[in-house]
Amino acid sequence: MVKSIKVQAKELTVCYGPSEVLKAISLDVYANEIISIIGPSNSGKSTFLRCLNRFNDGQQNFSLKGLLAVDGQDIYADGNVEMLRKRVGMVFALPTVLPMTVFENVAYGLRRHGINEKKKIEETVERSLKAAYLWDEVKDRLGEQGMKLSGGQQQRLCLARTLAVDPEIILYDEPCSALDPISTARIEEAMVRFKQKYTQILVTNNTKQAARVGDRTAFFLMGQLVEVDETKKIFTAPSDRRTDDYISGRFG
Amino acid sequence: MIKNPYIREKIAFTVLFLSTVIVVLPVIFIVIYIVSQGWHAISWEFLSQMPRRGMREGGIFPAIVGTLCLVLGTLIFALPLGVLSAIYLTEYAKDNFLTRAVKLAIINLAGVPSVVYGLFGLGIFVVFLKFGSSILAGSMTLAIMVLPIIITTTREALDSVPQSFRQVSLSLGVSKWDTIRHVVLPHALPGILTGMILAVSRAAGETAPILFTVAAFYLPRLPKSIFDQVMALPYHLYVISTQVPNIKLEIRYGTALVLLMIVLSLNFIAIVVRAHFRKKRKW
Repeated sequence: MVKSIKVQAKELTVCYGPSEVLKAISLDVYANEIISIIGPSNSGKSTFLRCLNRFNDGQQNFSLKGLLAVDGQDIYADGNVEMLRKRVGMVFALPTVLPMTVFENVAYGLRRHGINEKKKIEETVERSLKAAYLWDEVKDRLGEQGMKLSGGQQQRLCLARTLAVDPEIILYDEPCSALDPISTARIEEAMVRFKQKYTQILVTNNTKQAARVGDRTAFFLMGQLVEVDETKKIFTAPSDRRTDDYISGRFG
Repeated sequence: MIKNPYIREKIAFTVLFLSTVIVVLPVIFIVIYIVSQGWHAISWEFLSQMPRRGMREGGIFPAIVGTLCLVLGTLIFALPLGVLSAIYLTEYAKDNFLTRAVKLAIINLAGVPSVVYGLFGLGIFVVFLKFGSSILAGSMTLAIMVLPIIITTTREALDSVPQSFRQVSLSLGVSKWDTIRHVVLPHALPGILTGMILAVSRAAGETAPILFTVAAFYLPRLPKSIFDQVMALPYHLYVISTQVPNIKLEIRYGTALVLLMIVLSLNFIAIVVRAHFRKKRKW
């Protein structure tokens, strides 16, 4: 199978004022793969993720050099940030349910993007909740406040909400750091299933999670991309000493 | 010094408790005194009729209407302006020197003595813009006075909405303004309402700003347009208490009671509204 490049970073350098947070990162992400990004804190992995949906734009003294492209188009060249974020969804570390019903949480994005047909919204909500493995648990509780769900259910609700606006790429920022192992397994199961449809980038502090779900794994250290390769190779025979040290727990 | 920590604790508690009692007592005393002196005067006639015989008889109806007109006019100018600028300052303005200076200026505006607002209103609205002494000039003067209250409470209300809600909405590709409208504002609303009602009760009770800009000494008819003068309760109270001899005491206290009730009930509504929305909040 020929792999097409979905996301391309070329010599991507990000600075906050004088400090370089990302140093000349060049990384290709292929369509329909899950790429895990691992690395100790302050390695720049979250910053990289947040560049992809331009979530760093509002930060003070943020500046970016180099190229970051989705489908070959420089995402920083075009001013339409909303359109980009619709294509590039994001799941956050802490489940953040909006203070509305389960149904309205998933429908929120649709409504804001101008979809008002009741039938279409209902269909999309159901499809998204099913895809996030949540439908069976909440189908009788759609009118309840989303915040009444358990933590694991809330995170899957967030996932469904992201799916509802029909993204092409999904970014995960340590999505399971606040979840129990069973909820984590559910999310991972969903992620693997999503490969048919979405390109997924997973930032995680849990190296085992990276090993479980990632097709490829990238190792970031102090703003640099140390290496990126097939997950199996990274976890069995990494070519860089530092990668080996990190995944075997000798530092970080 | 007293060595025994148990006794020190007792003394500290007593001092703190007594201070609180001393603070509360005058408030209770004022309310009881005004109610006991004034409630004889309260009747349907007193509330609904024009004053007669140089305010020595009849009711205070035009003053009540005047105060309501001023409150409404104040809100029309101050509420949209205050809320919108608070949204700008909280959600859009970059954190730089200019923004900080503006925020500081707004806080300081709250400390300006109300008589200064009155003089300002006289200079700008009554004389320079030629509105004359009118509801329009009075409302605008009061509006400037309550703007800091509305802006400050609105900003606090907006700040209390968790940042993560905004992030989630933005991450779905929703624009900033739509995020504010659909996620931030609904949850800031109780705080904004509270600020609004506090502003109303302040506007209803102030005398100095309306003294030169709208208040009529004695005008036993209702206003026909926004360019008319009106009587207003706080000023009317001042007039019948100090400027008109031989007025029955109960009319004075009755007027004070009506003013007090309007202001207190507005504050009470603010508290109820806030409590109601707090309970509905789920985070």
